[in-house]
Amino acid sequence: MDDFVWRAGLAGLGLAAIAGPLGSFVVWRRLAFFGDALAHSALLGLAFAFLIDVEPILAIAAFGAAFALALSALLGRAKLPADTLLSIAAFATLSLGLIALSFVETLRVDLTGYLFGDILAVGRRDVVAAWIGALLGLAVLAFLWRPLLSASMEEDLARVEGVNVDAMRFAFVLLLALVVALAMKIVGVLLVTALLVIPAAAARRFATTPETMAALAALAGACAVVLGLWASLVFDTPSGPSIVVAAAAIFAGSLAFQRRG
Amino acid sequence: MNPPVLVGEGLVKRFGARAVVDGVDMRVGAGEIVTLIGPNGAGKSVLLKIMLGLIAPDSGRVTRAQGLRVGYMPQRLSPDPNLPMPVARFVGLAGRLPPGEIDAALDLAGALDLRAAPLSALSGGELQRVLLARALVRKPGLLALDEPAQGVDVTGQDALYALVARLRDTLGCAVLLVSHDLHLVMARSDRVLCLNGHVCCTGKPEAVGRDPAFAALFGPRAGESLALYRHHHDHVHDAHGHVHPHPHGEGHRHG
Repeated sequence: MDDFVWRAGLAGLGLAAIAGPLGSFVVWRRLAFFGDALAHSALLGLAFAFLIDVEPILAIAAFGAAFALALSALLGRAKLPADTLLSIAAFATLSLGLIALSFVETLRVDLTGYLFGDILAVGRRDVVAAWIGALLGLAVLAFLWRPLLSASMEEDLARVEGVNVDAMRFAFVLLLALVVALAMKIVGVLLVTALLVIPAAAARRFATTPETMAALAALAGACAVVLGLWASLVFDTPSGPSIVVAAAAIFAGSLAFQRRG
Repeated sequence: MNPPVLVGEGLVKRFGARAVVDGVDMRVGAGEIVTLIGPNGAGKSVLLKIMLGLIAPDSGRVTRAQGLRVGYMPQRLSPDPNLPMPVARFVGLAGRLPPGEIDAALDLAGALDLRAAPLSALSGGELQRVLLARALVRKPGLLALDEPAQGVDVTGQDALYALVARLRDTLGCAVLLVSHDLHLVMARSDRVLCLNGHVCCTGKPEAVGRDPAFAALFGPRAGESLALYRHHHDHVHDAHGHVHPHPHGEGHRHG
């Protein structure tokens, strides 16, 4: 088997390890649309990366974090319903990103690769970045677990009990921006949210505690990565969509089971 | 008068042009049950949230006793069915707790048999008891309860208020209660604040019940039915609707 498959697999597994637990929080906090808007903005971050010539993952994570913080501040204040505002933000930033990237065509930006993932483009650095990001993200999640969980359920209650709810939201949004940046090469910006939400949804049926759901989501994501890459190799299909279809198949399979708790 | 644990002075909160809380002074003494009562939209929940530091007032200030721990029961919690959360884990989210504390709090709230149940499968009354357990697990100096009897049937409501009064006696904590439901609550309160933006009347439940401002707010029959209610109480209902003879002579107040 070729090296690039191993690299893609390893990077994908790192991504699944953090996307499962973080995706569980996305589901619990009902932030799927928010994650999507954030992912759509990543192309704009990528354009910035070309513009100022820095490592794309860092630029996307930094830009995503700034965008996400601005967006969550706006959501708290705006008179518009959240889904309307998030749609506007998602499509405006995606289109801006596409336009911005059209100016750097000389750099031969492989647009489909960024939109839908391109395992051929996953280099050694990406594998290392995926695992450093995953371990860092998991460490932060583990450290903040109880207050973050509490704040995700009922903010006032968490506040009275001494949780800094705003700090929790801040940390969560940063983690989300990090995962979007890591996921871009593997599944692409249009499919990032799928890797957050679908494994968590599949894990729900079998979990009786938040922790088991997070762990099972990571496992489901890992299975989706392995299955999807295998299918991508065998059937010569694009990697990102293949991984997402595998995740959806796992979710569909989970529906055959009764919910446990 | 008991030393105060929580004092609010000159509290004003406007939403747009409307002053929802309009110049309210209030104090909660140690071990005292204070009830905020008033019609819908009277600013009861807003006032409670100001007192707890959840909403910043436009003017006025809140002082709390040093080291005061608050157990808070929010008006509603809608557990997300996507979050698998056993009851005991939910209560444990209140903080770092020594082992055994969670079960003790569940027991106090009469919800120990629910400890392994998923939160999203509870009935309204069960959920309120679990929320009460979460408020109690912190060993609070002040219990702040926002409409604790919501979604609970009438017999269960009475049991819940009786439980709150009993907890005050056994734990010695102050209680700040929000309710729009006159009869069940007032009899067990030490002090009632009748709120409609501003404080309409305040004092002992009997005095408030006779106050013309109270009658103006709730109708002339409200005070009457309140008095009536307090005379035919010789048994209790628990949260499951079972009827028991009155324990520990607690009914004397209703004699």
